[in-house]
Amino acid sequence: MAVKYQKAIAIEKEQAVVDGMDISGHWNRMFEQRVIFEYTPELIEKVASISEAESFANCYQCAKCVAVCPVDVVGNYGPRKLYRYAQTGLDLTEAPELWLCTTCANCLRVCPKEVNMVKIMPATREQAILDGKFVPSELQQAFEATANTGNPLGQPQRKREAWVQNAGVDVPVLRDLGRPVDVLWYVGSYPSYHPRGMDAASAAARIFTALGIDFAILGKEEKDDADSQRLAGEKGLFEMMAEYNIETFNKYEWNEMVVTGPHELNAFKNVYPKYGFERPVVHYTTFLARHLDRLKPLLKHPVNKKITYHDPCYLGRHNGEYEAPRQLLEAIPGVELVEMARNRQNGYCCGGGGGGMWMDSFTAKHTTMRLSEKRAMEAASTGADVLAVACPFEVSRFEDAVKSTGNEHVGVLDILELLDKSMRGE
Amino acid sequence: MNIIVAIKHIPSIADDLPVNGSNLDFDSVDFVLNEFDEQSIEQAVLVKEASGGTVTVVGVDLIGELDNVLHLALAKGADKAVKITADDPGADSHQQAGWLAEAIRDMSPDIVFTGVQASNDLDGQIGPMLAARLDLPYIGGVSSVDVVDGAATVNKEFAGGVGAKYAVSLPVVVGVQAASKPPRYAPISKVRQIAQTAAIGKVAPSGDGAGAGLAFKKMAPPVAAGHAKMFTGSPKEVAAQIVELLKGRGLA
Repeated sequence: MAVKYQKAIAIEKEQAVVDGMDISGHWNRMFEQRVIFEYTPELIEKVASISEAESFANCYQCAKCVAVCPVDVVGNYGPRKLYRYAQTGLDLTEAPELWLCTTCANCLRVCPKEVNMVKIMPATREQAILDGKFVPSELQQAFEATANTGNPLGQPQRKREAWVQNAGVDVPVLRDLGRPVDVLWYVGSYPSYHPRGMDAASAAARIFTALGIDFAILGKEEKDDADSQRLAGEKGLFEMMAEYNIETFNKYEWNEMVVTGPHELNAFKNVYPKYGFERPVVHYTTFLARHLDRLKPLLKHPVNKKITYHDPCYLGRHNGEYEAPRQLLEAIPGVELVEMARNRQNGYCCGGGGGGMWMDSFTAKHTTMRLSEKRAMEAASTGADVLAVACPFEVSRFEDAVKSTGNEHVGVLDILELLDKSMRGE
Repeated sequence: MNIIVAIKHIPSIADDLPVNGSNLDFDSVDFVLNEFDEQSIEQAVLVKEASGGTVTVVGVDLIGELDNVLHLALAKGADKAVKITADDPGADSHQQAGWLAEAIRDMSPDIVFTGVQASNDLDGQIGPMLAARLDLPYIGGVSSVDVVDGAATVNKEFAGGVGAKYAVSLPVVVGVQAASKPPRYAPISKVRQIAQTAAIGKVAPSGDGAGAGLAFKKMAPPVAAGHAKMFTGSPKEVAAQIVELLKGRGLA
């Protein structure tokens, strides 16, 4: 890689006499033109010439983004810095920096020039992948697993509905049901396969059943939404999965889709419409908040805990849902809700978005700590007993993070699990 | 240089293997590319990129689904793909090596890459059998290959972290343990484009199709028996318990 920084070298004259006055010394540096290092617009143009990445060139170096970039908190990053690095010799298409952005969108929120990393990063990554440039091997494995098995965990498709056996309630599968349903519940890959994700899925099944929702799942026919793979640069993989999913969704009659994960919400609500899928999709927090009047009487057992809530980037900033999760938590008797300093629009990122979920070891090499660890420490500093989450990526990330930062006393639970606890008294 | 890669499509062990009496239940198991063949394809493409030539990937199509694997190999840099249409999911290494040898002989190879082993090599690995049938030398456990002026320099791995460098004259059959670089990623858009346009050569299985002669009496998943015993207590107490156990078994 070319030299990233070439520090400005100020020239100080040994002897400087101006208008007969001897001003020798370090203050004379302004009397000679400073040698500014050479910089080139070519590497900025290289990024900005990629379709969808044009706004990279808009940056005018105000640095508002750096103040809110979650990666900068644990490293030396941020859109402004990437622009500057490019100016001084960094080829983003070949640099590790290409893979650190989590597409959390906090920079875009504050950027006066609408430099949009949520578009720049996927487009530039896609170009790097198509050109056969470096791709972190963990990410490569997640791509290959998604293409081969239908989920990034590489689990067999036929086991996708195995979790229902432990749900404790009947979980109808659309292909067996043979009739239209009100709600198609898209469970998602992590709730289907990850042990802690399955806990949330089982809790959701019990809550939907208790509310008398007419729901069903796709079971073995369900495959990953692939939105995070798209954001990590694999648009072709995303399109292949989207084609399959849209065809599968349209095979059945249903009125509304409820998703467990914010990334799935983003995929089906904001991106799939470009591929012809336009049907109502809501996140489970929004859906349950709508049923709050009927849910409240079911929440019989107090959960006497101090709870802090982590806003998932793709539920909050990307899709504007900040209140429903909090309404659900406040509806649980005994819960004391406390906020972390960074919350709602300025919520900190767990590090799992934009493919970060599958680049943990890679990212760890280029940062001082994991984003999830930083956030776990913030959660612990509120004095909370429980860090509540609403995204299936987060339970495993934060459970690792509370352990690695010595905060095991902070439990990590999905809002679904907390509601279920209150409902069942466990 | 004429570079050939002989690959094996094998039952996936990502899931519990379904057993049907005396063999696998081939209808309910997924087939995947042997992981060592992924390394072997990569090594072949690296050799082509460094020294020129064409890479032809050849495999036995056991269940009619080999095209996916061949498309992926083409997307990763192979030039041609050929499938031997055997349609016999139970074909063993001997049978596959026989068919592959017949198909490869006509291609006049300079170098034949194979994965060093596969998880279903009950009757031995493809590489040495192929070499014997083609009357070529074989070198296995290979972790890098460089070809200069018609001769290859090959790194071979031995146990205990020992390696050796061999000068090898061509033609030769190579069993790849690991490519000199990790296998590259093939973007799905490229794989899908190739799937629409690529022509895959078809060859009927020919020659001696004899298997290894193994007869399966019964196949069953291993039964979990016994378990680890965990001792608890202070190091002294644990040591005493271990001594007791060893004495009890007549070992101390």
